Amino acid sequence: MSAVAGPTVAPGPEERTNYLNKSHTIKSWLLTGDHKRIAILYLISVSFFFFLGSLAASMIRLELTSPTGTMMSSEAYNKMFTAHGVIMIFFFLIPAIPAVLGNFLIPLMVGARDLAFPRLNLASWYLYVLGGLFGIVAICMGGVDTGWTFYTPYSSLYSNSQVTLTICGAFVAGFSSIFTGINFIATIHKMRAPGLTWFKLPLFVWATYATSIIIVLGTPVVAITLLLVVAERVFHFGVFSPELGGDPVLFQHLFWFYSHPAVYIMILPGMGVISELIACFSRRKVFGYEFVAFSSLAIAGIGFLVWGHHMFVTSQSMYQGVVFSFLTFLVAIPSAIKVFNWTSTIYKGSVHWNAPFVWALGFMGLFLIGGLTGLYLGSLSTDVHLTGTYFIVAHFHYVMVGGTIMAFMGGLHFWWPKMFGRMYPDSWGKASAIITFFGFNFTFFPQFVVGYLGMPRRYHYYYFEPTWQVWHVLSTVGASILAIGFILPAFYLTWSIKNGKPAGPNPWGAKGLEWETDSPPPTENFRHPPIVTEGAYNYDPVADAEAVAKSAAKAGD
Amino acid sequence: MNLQIQPEAASERAVEHDQLFFFITALTIFFTVVVGGILLFLAVKYRCTNSKVDRSNAPYHNTRLEVAWSVIPLLLAMLVFFWSTKQFISLTNAPKDATDIFVIGKQWMWHVQHANGIRENNEMHVPVGRPIRLTMISQDVIHAFYIPEFRLQWQVVPGRYTQMWFTPTKPGRYHIFCAMHCGAQHSEMGGYVYVLPQAEFQQWVENGGNRFQPQPKTMAEAGKQIWDKYACGSCHGPKDNERGPSLYALFNSKRKLKNGVEVVADADYIRDSIYNPAARMTAGYENTMSPYTKEQISEEQMLNVIEYIKTLGIAPSAPSGTTPTTPDPLTLRTSNEGDMTR
Ligand SMILES: [Cu+2]
Ligand SMILES: [Cu+2]
Repeated sequence: MSAVAGPTVAPGPEERTNYLNKSHTIKSWLLTGDHKRIAILYLISVSFFFFLGSLAASMIRLELTSPTGTMMSSEAYNKMFTAHGVIMIFFFLIPAIPAVLGNFLIPLMVGARDLAFPRLNLASWYLYVLGGLFGIVAICMGGVDTGWTFYTPYSSLYSNSQVTLTICGAFVAGFSSIFTGINFIATIHKMRAPGLTWFKLPLFVWATYATSIIIVLGTPVVAITLLLVVAERVFHFGVFSPELGGDPVLFQHLFWFYSHPAVYIMILPGMGVISELIACFSRRKVFGYEFVAFSSLAIAGIGFLVWGHHMFVTSQSMYQGVVFSFLTFLVAIPSAIKVFNWTSTIYKGSVHWNAPFVWALGFMGLFLIGGLTGLYLGSLSTDVHLTGTYFIVAHFHYVMVGGTIMAFMGGLHFWWPKMFGRMYPDSWGKASAIITFFGFNFTFFPQFVVGYLGMPRRYHYYYFEPTWQVWHVLSTVGASILAIGFILPAFYLTWSIKNGKPAGPNPWGAKGLEWETDSPPPTENFRHPPIVTEGAYNYDPVADAEAVAKSAAKAGD
Repeated sequence: MNLQIQPEAASERAVEHDQLFFFITALTIFFTVVVGGILLFLAVKYRCTNSKVDRSNAPYHNTRLEVAWSVIPLLLAMLVFFWSTKQFISLTNAPKDATDIFVIGKQWMWHVQHANGIRENNEMHVPVGRPIRLTMISQDVIHAFYIPEFRLQWQVVPGRYTQMWFTPTKPGRYHIFCAMHCGAQHSEMGGYVYVLPQAEFQQWVENGGNRFQPQPKTMAEAGKQIWDKYACGSCHGPKDNERGPSLYALFNSKRKLKNGVEVVADADYIRDSIYNPAARMTAGYENTMSPYTKEQISEEQMLNVIEYIKTLGIAPSAPSGTTPTTPDPLTLRTSNEGDMTR
């Protein structure tokens, strides 16, 4: 990207001091202000919660193989899917990309020494852990059975489970996101390297910026809403329950005002990652850079105006439904623009089929299906049949698991050598991307069918319609394939930290400030503060293909 | 094996809905295949080891293209929007001559009331070919009344009425589900809509809500007809369950009440418990049963019900959770097996 005068000869990663080997004490990790160390702390903690959430998912899948259940009571089943939802959404999907990849990369990408507020950054991790502890204590004390949506008045007056504790956990974790969001906004505005204008920023930075705006504007609303549920539950302060003079539908409005944009908190950073991967591995500047950048902002903006599409069959007026449906169709367009631009980026590129690229292709496939099936649910008439069924479960897993997790894995594989200075075996990376892609479709496609057939979500038993069983068995088989796709990386990535071959500063031949410093980077990120002279993604596909041909010829001699 | 991938379409709306559904499905398949195909094609064609392709003058901008791929999807989206919204608007405007039926949801059953006074539990009988308007409310938490074969679902909310309507087109038996998580037995909060041919429906009304009423030969048989009419068995099965205690082997047995007192379940106790369930609640149960009035069960009929309960004897050892044998849609449920679960 530009003139960083630092030495590029790559000694082994251990030889130079970097953010990992600078000190080894536990204290130096727990009191660190280094955004890269905080990213690693987040990586460990979100992986732990992903594991917990997946455990709950496997129990659900096993239970559903039989129409009469296999091992749980209905109460236990309800707690299981609630645990799965709460953990995966509040403690994995929302923080995963921003808090791990965003924390690690934003300062590097804008050429800064750290985030604007390092201590606030550390505080956000502690809040996240505290929120997680609340959640775990709630599970240990019997769990919660409301579903992750906490609909009132069930959550406020009827449920006999640990609603209050769980809500406290989500509330505290919410503040951790807010801190991260504020940090990113300040950093992107004020700490860009000299010469790095807005339109030279990598698209991941644009996407993270749009995400941060949603986080900062939306999270306080859900925080207050959840507090009101607790107030009604504990003090009988009537807000949502008609018995206490409240309105149960008000909760849905307030909850979805945040939780719809939350979908974009989960997917926008993923889209940012995909822009980076597609550009690097086809050695091309992203086609229609400005359109991709502004589509992130458009999604963030319009995303705040579509919450009512979760409530078409609630008691809101018909006119409300029509307006929300219209806006929902509008918000789909910027996502479509991104997909078309990514596809065009590959045209006339020099495509390297490395593992991160395969994960990115997987993302595209699943996100296409996830996005297009949103049509059924944004459209009023079809939503009346499909909402509340497995169709919706399949749809949001395609977007959130197929989209966010594939992008997260792609990003992790892309920047892993930067984070730890070592390469993992590329073929293993490709294999697990392919296994995940097929396992995923195998798991969730049958759920579209069983949803269209009319099976409501959150059903423990279905003995009254045993014909559904075949779809659930398929789905469970798929889930075990999917599990392999996620377990493999845990092994080869961990293995690579000690045993991988040294990566050097720029193993992929990528453009971007983060690739101009050591891998792993030193604590101060850049030994000499960078000055930026050229735009993002200044790749040359022609030269790259020639270089590949030349080295192939040499190898052939 | 006959693998079902489409639920039966048993109302006017269901047929219209499916046309839209398949149009969106066509769009989804088309775009997935085309975009996915182009993507893969380009990624393979321009692989870095392929030196035979021309990579010169690669474009980075094309405003016309950007406009085209924003406007074309937008137009298609608007087509779906208008089509779908038209169906939705008619869904929220019931015809003036629609027959009213009232639905009350509560954890975890559906009460259905007809204008002519007939009451049903977890069942709803309607005539074919007539528009029916449901007015619904919940007694506790939010539920959703969902009939997949009619492609129809609406939330049932406490504190306010919601409405939906449909015109069934095919006689038969269709599922009713609760589609909003409402607590422990959410998945079992369901029942059936019975769509009857007009004449049969008339007969059902004349029989006061019993479909084929054979002349009862004994008091107990007459009692069973009342028992079935109010679907008592949907809460009082062969075994105690969360909805209600079992009444098998009840007569003259000792019952522990909520207040700690032990009573003998004689005829007086049974009668009191039907007319005024709150007075003597069985230990371990909340008061969720609605009292029956003498208009619903007369003193005469009450004697029959008590006779029937006497015949309930010892519960059959039913393996819990087995699939109940589903009766033929249009015949009376004659066995008690179905009562266990629904
Ligand atoms: Cu939404
Ligand atoms: Cu329910």
